[in-house]
Amino acid sequence: MTELSGWGRYPRHATRLLHPATPRAVQGLMAQQAGLIARGNGRAYGDAAIGAAATLGTGALDRIRAFDRETGRIRAEAGLLLCDLLALAVPLGLFPPVVPGTMAVTLGGMAAADVHGKNHHRDGGFGDHVEALTLALPGGGTLVCGPNENAAVFRATIGGMGLTGTILDLTFRLRPIATGWIRQNTVATADLDATLAALAAAGTAPYCVAWIDTLARGAGLGRGLVFAGEHAALADLAAGLPTAPRFPAARPAWLAVPCDLPSGTLNRLSVAAFNALYFRAGARQAGAPVLVPWDRYFFPLDAIGGWNRIYGRRGFLQYQFVVPGPGAGALVGAVIERVSHHGAASFLSVLKQLGPGHGALSFPMEGLTLTLDLPAAGPVFALLDELDRLVVAAGGRLYLAKDARQAPATFAAGYPGLPGFQALRRDIGAPGRIASRLSERLAI
Amino acid sequence: MAPQTLLLIGATSDIGRAIALRFAAAGWRLQFAARDLDEAARTADDVAARTGAAATLHRLDILEDDAFPAFLDGLPALPDAAVCVVGLLGDQARGEIDPAHARLVLRSNFEGPALLLGAIATRFSARGTGAIIGVSSVAGERGRGSNYLYGAAKAGFTAFLSGLRNRLAPRGIRVITVKPGFVRTRMTAHLKLPPLLTATPDDVAKAVAAAMAGRRDVVYARPVWRLVMTLVRLLPEPLFKRLKL
Repeated sequence: MTELSGWGRYPRHATRLLHPATPRAVQGLMAQQAGLIARGNGRAYGDAAIGAAATLGTGALDRIRAFDRETGRIRAEAGLLLCDLLALAVPLGLFPPVVPGTMAVTLGGMAAADVHGKNHHRDGGFGDHVEALTLALPGGGTLVCGPNENAAVFRATIGGMGLTGTILDLTFRLRPIATGWIRQNTVATADLDATLAALAAAGTAPYCVAWIDTLARGAGLGRGLVFAGEHAALADLAAGLPTAPRFPAARPAWLAVPCDLPSGTLNRLSVAAFNALYFRAGARQAGAPVLVPWDRYFFPLDAIGGWNRIYGRRGFLQYQFVVPGPGAGALVGAVIERVSHHGAASFLSVLKQLGPGHGALSFPMEGLTLTLDLPAAGPVFALLDELDRLVVAAGGRLYLAKDARQAPATFAAGYPGLPGFQALRRDIGAPGRIASRLSERLAI
Repeated sequence: MAPQTLLLIGATSDIGRAIALRFAAAGWRLQFAARDLDEAARTADDVAARTGAAATLHRLDILEDDAFPAFLDGLPALPDAAVCVVGLLGDQARGEIDPAHARLVLRSNFEGPALLLGAIATRFSARGTGAIIGVSSVAGERGRGSNYLYGAAKAGFTAFLSGLRNRLAPRGIRVITVKPGFVRTRMTAHLKLPPLLTATPDDVAKAVAAAMAGRRDVVYARPVWRLVMTLVRLLPEPLFKRLKL
């Protein structure tokens, strides 16, 4: 037995960890082992990739099966790491249609969580770009599915957190990029209304996201930085950084957190100091566009190896919700106010506009999504329960890839596709056979 | 110069894949030989996708030595170099009571690879050029209670490669022995292996490429193994037999 946790290091559960070497070995395990869930690179924050009885590591399934450099179409096994794909694709002038906030994820994990990126408002989630995938089913058979083939299973698998089977491989198309640089425009905002307005205005850009200083109170509540970005053209690079390489390589992490920091390291004071510095540094860049290498733009936290250890051994909770409709901005304001008054220090708070979602359990829906990082300490749980009630009342929901603690009722209220998903699971014989700690906790 | 061709025997292993990637990136064509062609195709596809290298697939069972001549005749061309990464760790405890399992370990790690490389050596020798790379193991340096069946087979393979090198050196044919030590693969990522003694499959591939380019005959993926194994060999037997190894 091995003790496993997600990236948030809370909760931890004992599980049998299995490492099948081949897709066929995965099928064998799917036939034999009950209470199984696939695990990519363990970057879901909570308990989504911890098996009820056993956990199937997909690390050995990292082969690229076909790659057309002209069209960008690629078929790769589910355990291929996004960072490995990027190392191959970027120098060829190709880029995935959607990337999440870290490149230390597997392609299978990206599909299972239907990850979204800074371009969700325009391009949808990763699942919207998957043309086909091969799924190992609970009995040990396989099924090829896509938007037009076994579409019900496909829609359930996109965002289905591995609960319909183990994704063996998937096909999608990379997009051409002229350079490996992002032309970034930063707007510093004084309060939440300004942040929301700037975010809406930046929605015309391919990529946009806002960072919020959750510790600012009163008139400055909701102040932040709005980052819009687009892939830089060759002319942008020639004008801005004439001597820079056209396709810079990802830089290795320049800093590693070598050990667990004491649990109190991130307190209100240290986070407030960080936020103030970050805000000022960002505000200085505001106005004129700057060129940023692709890895620093999309994956800033990957520069700090093991950053999840700064919360200490007890771990942390990442709380991400989405709320739809015209009241979304006010609800985000109410949440920030409560977090701020609670004294909880959220180191990272990201606000983004999402477009419509598709999968049965996919997180995205048209609305505003806010992400908060909070230490997994007693009073935070009560605060989050309170926030859950606000989110549910506003018709919103929480992201399963981040979740470690929501109640089944919160989940059921947020995901109207749940009964259909459960019915499909029954049809394919998944109940009991495919089960994670998350699916057991939420009665999926 | 026309592209050179590498025959990879045991194409489905992590080390085999790393070697294939490194040679393909350097412009070599590849011949993948494995018992399980579906599995070999996974690696061949992957190498082709990443490097654009041309590759052919060939079925080979290392225990079917009768079929070796037909296998070699069936290759599109006699390769310029052959690397054998075939290996079966097996289960030592099972091998102690189950002769069939012991035989499988001995034949997979010694007899099969030796007979095949011997056949290839004869063809290389007739042509007058070629390089043979055998991936053996530090386990062959001295028999240990925990894996002496595997170790004995690898010791035999190491001795075979040494003899082959001695025989073919006058003809200008290289024979390189590789002893990887602990290798970190994504399948062993959860095991606690000593970092100083543990190589990645690509470290092994790098060592192979360096040996091909240089003059070294016996290479370790991590040079510290040379020292470690020298010490292990020097331990007096009365002491060695009492150690729990």
